[in-house]
Amino acid sequence: MTTETPKPSSVEIDAVKVKLADSLIGVALEWSEFRDQYRVVFPATELLKCLNAFKFAGFEQLSDLTAVDLLEYSNATDRFEVVYCLLNVDTGLRLIAKTYLNEPDLTIPSATSVWSGADWLEREVYDMYGILFSGHPNFKRLLLPQEFQSFPMRKDYPVKGRGERHNFPVITRAES
Amino acid sequence: MPLELLESPDLNANQREGLWTLNFGPQHPATHTTLRLVLQLDGEMVIDAEPDIGFLHSGFEKLGEVLDFNQYVTIVDRMNYISPMANEIAWHHAVEKLLGIDLTPRCKYIRTIFAELMRIHDHLLCLGTCVLDLGGATAFMYAFNERETIYEICERASGQRFHTSYTRVGGLLYDVTDDWVKMVRDFVRNFPKVYRDFSGLVMKNRIFVERTRDVGVLSREEAIAGGATGPVARASGVVRDLRRDEPYLAYEDFDFDVCASQGGDCYARFQVRMMEMLESIKIIEQAIENIPAGPIFAAGTGKESMPDKREVYRSIEGLIHHFESVMPNRQMQAPKESVYAATESPNGELGYYIVGDGSFRAYRARTRPPSLLHFSLFSRMMRGCMLSDVVAVLGSINIIAAELDR
Repeated sequence: MTTETPKPSSVEIDAVKVKLADSLIGVALEWSEFRDQYRVVFPATELLKCLNAFKFAGFEQLSDLTAVDLLEYSNATDRFEVVYCLLNVDTGLRLIAKTYLNEPDLTIPSATSVWSGADWLEREVYDMYGILFSGHPNFKRLLLPQEFQSFPMRKDYPVKGRGERHNFPVITRAES
Repeated sequence: MPLELLESPDLNANQREGLWTLNFGPQHPATHTTLRLVLQLDGEMVIDAEPDIGFLHSGFEKLGEVLDFNQYVTIVDRMNYISPMANEIAWHHAVEKLLGIDLTPRCKYIRTIFAELMRIHDHLLCLGTCVLDLGGATAFMYAFNERETIYEICERASGQRFHTSYTRVGGLLYDVTDDWVKMVRDFVRNFPKVYRDFSGLVMKNRIFVERTRDVGVLSREEAIAGGATGPVARASGVVRDLRRDEPYLAYEDFDFDVCASQGGDCYARFQVRMMEMLESIKIIEQAIENIPAGPIFAAGTGKESMPDKREVYRSIEGLIHHFESVMPNRQMQAPKESVYAATESPNGELGYYIVGDGSFRAYRARTRPPSLLHFSLFSRMMRGCMLSDVVAVLGSINIIAAELDR
């Protein structure tokens, strides 16, 4: 479908692109669009610099932070994808910012200094995928028990689990 | 449970002197489900409140990678079980965005009516139970009486009161009947009277006002940076509603207001919820009289739509159509792309980030639960509050543990 006047969001995203090009000189950003949604891939080595630039470009809210394990994804070259869903609260513009990570180095800087809402979201990503966020103020598992060993949302973890549930230590009333 | 949670990192030994620790939950009437708070108290003042969650973690997102787009709807139902159909609508909204399916006007209207009924459903529970926790049982009964009517409306449309599993990719399980329309009309007619009673009982009740005003204050900046959405954000002055700002379903056709407040406290959050119920009634009133005629599945589309059950049982074409839409090797294929799509659920922005891998199931089905981000703001809201305020703040942000832990 072709429209004569450009969509308001495409004007806004062009302004964002210009801003980001100014503040991120020398950083390779890869833009794409799917179903009216703008996506950008940025290098994990420049993570904090990029995130700060995104916030400066108007994306004040981190809607969601999640990861995808690309182990079984066809034609994927990287292992993990970390996704930052960003939102400009005033204009309603959304941006999906992604970066790729590979084993063995699964440590990236924490975004808690940029958006305080990243706190629990990063803990959940660690809990499920084992991606480490350096500089997080209270870094530990969020949903699973602290003594849990695996990262269940990884694709090499079976859906039925590995029997952890049956081997939970039983604490008697006398011991507690 | 891990004892290290008791050692709050923010307090040094000197500050710790004279404090005592209270374990709140996981089994406590005011937590509604299972969540735990470790409170550091100085007398009755809450110095620090550390939430400990995960008791209801059931691996929903992992199941989302195993079940197909239609099957997983039975799981998303069970996330926010206070407004189950709002989850279904959000899930299929995201799936349809990934697949690029346009809904028929009739389907859009029916889904809109249900989304708004669910908003009333959710807000009634949030308000009713919070008042109950604060010591008033009457309003709770008024709220639950109305919720019962909504359950009956759900049952009439889908056959299920609670976990309806009513939406399908590109449509709905069944079309609605005239009976159902009459039930919704009756509800719309009767609700304002109950609303007046409820509002008089609660919002002008001096005890309730004093227990909630200036309690659990969240500033606008904290709400934005912390990821708050929905009534919690709007009560803090963030005037943002996805129904207006990113119109989906049939919301563009209706006239309604976005309710917001500047207070940022528990009372403001309740006020926003109360006002939103009236706006929802306004939307339902406009929608129910104007439901377009026509099919509930997009016409002429092949595998993505479920065939009418009468056709399945009576014709070979219908049966083939049915098989094509349920057999894994014949189903529709999702593009190898990813989308994030969100709807305005009663509690806030309920989003799904779906990665498609060329099959009819999600490679990754991430839920963005509003409860998780709201609950992460809880310790900030509790600053300077008293022990008795814990239940008021918990009630006002309406934490649903099944959605929180998934």
